[in-house]
Amino acid sequence: MSTATNSPATGTAAAARGRTPARRLPGTLWLGLVRGGVELREYVRERDSIIFGFAYPIVMLAIFATVFGDDDPIAVDGTSVSFAQYFLPGMVATGIMLSTYQTLAISIAVERDDGSLKRLRATPLPPASYFLGKVVLSLTTVLVQTALLLAVAALLFDVPLPDDPARWATFAWVFVLGTATGAVCGVAYSSVPRSGRSASAVVVTPLLVLQFTSGVFFSVSQLPDWMIDLSSLFPLKWIAQGMRSVFLPDAFAVAEPSGAWQAGTTAAVLAVWLIVALVVGTRTFRWRRHDDG
Amino acid sequence: MQNSRRDSRQGSGRSSGQPSETAAVRVRGLRKRYGAPRTGYKDAVAGLDLDVAHGEIVAVLGPNGAGKTTTVEILEGFRDRDGGEVAVLGEDPRRAGRGWRARIGVVMQDSRDMSELTVLEKVRATAAAYPDPRDAEEVVAAVGLEQKARARTRGLSGGQRRRLDVALGIVGRPELLFLDEPTTGFDPQARRSFWDLVTSLRDDGTTILLTTHYLDEAAQLADRVVVVRDGVVVAEGTPGTLGGPEARTPVVTWEQDGVRRSERTDRPTALVARLIAAAGPDGEVPGLTVTRPTLEDVYLSLIGESEDDGTGPRTDQDDDTAGGAPAGTEAA
Repeated sequence: MSTATNSPATGTAAAARGRTPARRLPGTLWLGLVRGGVELREYVRERDSIIFGFAYPIVMLAIFATVFGDDDPIAVDGTSVSFAQYFLPGMVATGIMLSTYQTLAISIAVERDDGSLKRLRATPLPPASYFLGKVVLSLTTVLVQTALLLAVAALLFDVPLPDDPARWATFAWVFVLGTATGAVCGVAYSSVPRSGRSASAVVVTPLLVLQFTSGVFFSVSQLPDWMIDLSSLFPLKWIAQGMRSVFLPDAFAVAEPSGAWQAGTTAAVLAVWLIVALVVGTRTFRWRRHDDG
Repeated sequence: MQNSRRDSRQGSGRSSGQPSETAAVRVRGLRKRYGAPRTGYKDAVAGLDLDVAHGEIVAVLGPNGAGKTTTVEILEGFRDRDGGEVAVLGEDPRRAGRGWRARIGVVMQDSRDMSELTVLEKVRATAAAYPDPRDAEEVVAAVGLEQKARARTRGLSGGQRRRLDVALGIVGRPELLFLDEPTTGFDPQARRSFWDLVTSLRDDGTTILLTTHYLDEAAQLADRVVVVRDGVVVAEGTPGTLGGPEARTPVVTWEQDGVRRSERTDRPTALVARLIAAAGPDGEVPGLTVTRPTLEDVYLSLIGESEDDGTGPRTDQDDDTAGGAPAGTEAA
């Protein structure tokens, strides 16, 4: 091993003890960025995450827009939009949940199960840096994913993107609040799977069900009331609704269950989920496996 | 290499007067119980005392379920204890912070991390958290993974992954290194080179607390051996003196009238001379052996796995006893 010390007689352990305080521990923010780099590198090398997390909404948009592209436009009160435009907000919302909730819940559950979380805990890495790394991962993937989704919609399927700054402001806050809520929910939910092997199924299934019941694949007007009421308890329905208010004409608001975009309710529901998941997540987070003491 | 060890047996007895700074690890009356009211409780650690001096290598031996890993995980700050005093590098692991973690290195028993990072990336990422890390490439070379430095860790074999664990444990340049059964799954050559690595860490001044099943490993590396059974220390000493002189008394065995006889004696040569004198005209003593109990014999008698206390017919087994896992280890 390389050391700067020499002279065995003086005892290098004493030298090591003397040396340590001279160097400072790396900063939390810096280590968060280092962790972010590690997370991103692992993410892009993992084929599953690229296919089922990153590409999924883009592929779904392309398939649905191609298959139903020649059908009649969807019209509400005389205002009509193409199927691709109608489908886009739901895919943006789904992408947010995939890149935050699904990515984080699965990766943390697997890391807990295979012992890498415990090993990180044995190093001087601050927990905040670990979570910061997850934030860097989620934020990067969701930004790139959403940009690609909008580009594909606009360039390949001629979806008109809004030119009103107010709509982009709405997009910004729904996107930020949705991303934060999804990420925190992912961290909290990571404790639910009992093992790394079951993580994918346990994490993906509820989100998949919610995609069908929250008006992502079907128009909410096609769903029974009880299903909408139930889905309204979860964030996906509100992120999708918020995104519809950005990408669909205002005339479409009457097609919502309440007949309005409900921006205030959307913000409130997402904020409640954010806070509750933050409290639950910080109280239940474990560095070790369920069966490890 | 077991010669010229510093006398570091201050741990026997309760020499609690010394300042905690002089001991890397100081444990008194450690207790930990598992269980629930319905299933009943089990004391995993039941009043354990342990001292490790700075610069010392201490091996903790014991069967599975003896409380080794529980003890080590309490010292590493992973588990709470139910009683007793613990000071690791002068701090209580329950309350110790990042500065303390930067001074310890941990090689755990059960990591099976399937990362998409390469070996070198993984070591570098870990090194980033420490104030004064070792050079990542040198560490990778030191554990013998330079051929795999740019390979994904997912594709490593079990032994290679274990060596990566060791690399991650030492890259932070720890003052105190915990090695929990580090060579499980190593081939003999890998174990040899691992021992060389540990020796070089010691020469660097690193204090090491090692748990192991392998008696030859303890004999090879440790300044002091601590034998744990049922959550308490049942013996400690240097590998050469463990169990006291009594346990090391040579055993002479021979056959007399078709019956196997044995006798423990400090003067085996005199006994053999008497046997020869008593033998027939050709001076041949049938089935004669003179055996000094190995560390393994001593260990097995300490943990109660040997019914005959090392004096009976066991001693006429062949001498190739080193390296095997202790008998009768139950699943933890």
